Amino acid sequence: MSMILETKGLTMRFGGLVAVSDFSASIPQGSITGLIGPNGAGKTTCFNMVTGFYKPTEGQVFFEGKELTGMSPHQVCRAGIARTFQNIRLFGNETAIENVMIGSFVRQRTGWIQSVLMTPMSLREEREIRDRSMDLLDVVGLAGIAQEKANSLPYGAQRRLEIARALATRPRFLLLDEPAAGMNPQESLELMDFIRTIRTRFDLTILLIEHDMKVVMGVCEHMWVLDYGVTIAEGGPEAIQSNPKVIEAYLGEEYVKYA
Amino acid sequence: MNRSTTILLNLVLVGCLGLFLWWAEGNLDGYKIQILNLIAVNIILALSLNLIYGFTGMFSLGHAGFMAIGAYVCSILIMTPEQKVTLFILQEALPWVQNSHAPFLVAVIAGGAVAALFGLVIGAPLLRLGDDYLGIATLGFAEIVRVIANNIPRVTNGALGFKGIPDHANLWWNYGWCLLTLYFVIRILNSNTGNVFKAIRDDETAAKAMGIDVFRIKLLSFTFGAFFAGVGGALLASLLTTIDPKMFLFTLTFNVLMIVVTGGLGSITGSILAGTGITVMLEWLRFVENPVTIGDWTLPGIPGMRMVVFSLVLILVILFRREGIMGMREIHWGTVARFMKGGKA
Repeated sequence: MSMILETKGLTMRFGGLVAVSDFSASIPQGSITGLIGPNGAGKTTCFNMVTGFYKPTEGQVFFEGKELTGMSPHQVCRAGIARTFQNIRLFGNETAIENVMIGSFVRQRTGWIQSVLMTPMSLREEREIRDRSMDLLDVVGLAGIAQEKANSLPYGAQRRLEIARALATRPRFLLLDEPAAGMNPQESLELMDFIRTIRTRFDLTILLIEHDMKVVMGVCEHMWVLDYGVTIAEGGPEAIQSNPKVIEAYLGEEYVKYA
Repeated sequence: MNRSTTILLNLVLVGCLGLFLWWAEGNLDGYKIQILNLIAVNIILALSLNLIYGFTGMFSLGHAGFMAIGAYVCSILIMTPEQKVTLFILQEALPWVQNSHAPFLVAVIAGGAVAALFGLVIGAPLLRLGDDYLGIATLGFAEIVRVIANNIPRVTNGALGFKGIPDHANLWWNYGWCLLTLYFVIRILNSNTGNVFKAIRDDETAAKAMGIDVFRIKLLSFTFGAFFAGVGGALLASLLTTIDPKMFLFTLTFNVLMIVVTGGLGSITGSILAGTGITVMLEWLRFVENPVTIGDWTLPGIPGMRMVVFSLVLILVILFRREGIMGMREIHWGTVARFMKGGKA
């Protein structure tokens, strides 16, 4: 199986603090994988290094064989990697559909000159973008509230809108930062189905950070476990669940000793 | 409300404006016509600043600088060479200043273009700054432009400035440019590029993650704003027929900023309403600068009293209606139709 994303020895130091050290992962094309670990383990830092928000102190990122290290976030997105944020970051004053349309901008061919002159090509493309954005809203079940302002939407809808917006950039690789945060068990269950659906429908490879173990174990085929920036384990759900190092990281040394 | 109805209604509205201007030209006195002209220019200036600050979220205080550039470029181009010979009494004008001459339309476009060029050049380093720092840096730019204008007498005639600039800017030119600006701003903001401007205003980090080259788009918006500020300055020069560096003090930027904030940051309709309202008020409020007599008690007229009143108004707006008259809302034909039907507008 070919690897879509490979990281080699990614290390991020903030002054004296080593947030992530020597993170190496190979993610197979079309898989759903997870990145887990206790709070402050460096998961989001990994995301930020892959998506260009941080420039890694050491190490390299390869996407589809091409090196991405040191690229700026918008170039990474253009290359085909989209992400969502742990603390939702929508364009609050814009409507739901405008949020998704903004995601399409990176693939838009006609520019502002054509918009001002109202050339047929630009009008057609804007219409296509609008239609496609509507379809994407439909996929995440928000078609009915397309004209609502993003910051007036309920929390769950905002999470789904963020995913729709990420999909609008036509990614081949999607990074989800805690998609199940704040969801009840029923919603988490739906989310798992949803993640699998978009993987097939949009031909995606998905990497997610998640604290909800039910979701991680249910949906991920492979995962990496970070603790204090160090990769302490990797493997399938069963292997991870029975790995003493992982149990120790999550539950503490004491618990393991007396369990 | 479908597309062709909207276009038709827009044409009707432009037609009405045309009729009004035609009527005004024949029936109103020079003073009132001057106010109408100022309204058009102020709307252009407000829209250009709103594009930069209200829609793209860049706090820029450099408007007076761009206006000065537009005003000087346009004035140099529309004054005849003979006029310039008599005007440059301190030092002889440089040959290219002396000999360049162009029709009014070209001169206004040139004024805007040179301002836009400056916007591009200073935007490249400055737009990497955020929020307040950008405000300070652009304010510095405007001051630099003014000081330079004061000190290159062979181009700008130094502190004396220009007098007797041909008064080409009549109602038709001003409102023509105003409509053109309005059309441009509306087209841009209704396109996906406009959505991206607003995305940067709302959340720059998320915009980057969505593949938007934030710096390039900011520079684009800033250059647009600079262009129309230059156009506004050019029209103002021809309208007032006299310019000098003192005219382009920070208070000029402040006036435009006041219109934009009062109208609503991020509202085109707001800029138009406030542009009209504040221009009219600025003239009407001249009475506060006249001596006031109540009974046998007389208050001498204080020049500049208007600005005190306006500062108070601005403070009240910030205190009680921070989002301005319109907030981020717009009035468009859809809203009007709903209002006519008696529903909620």
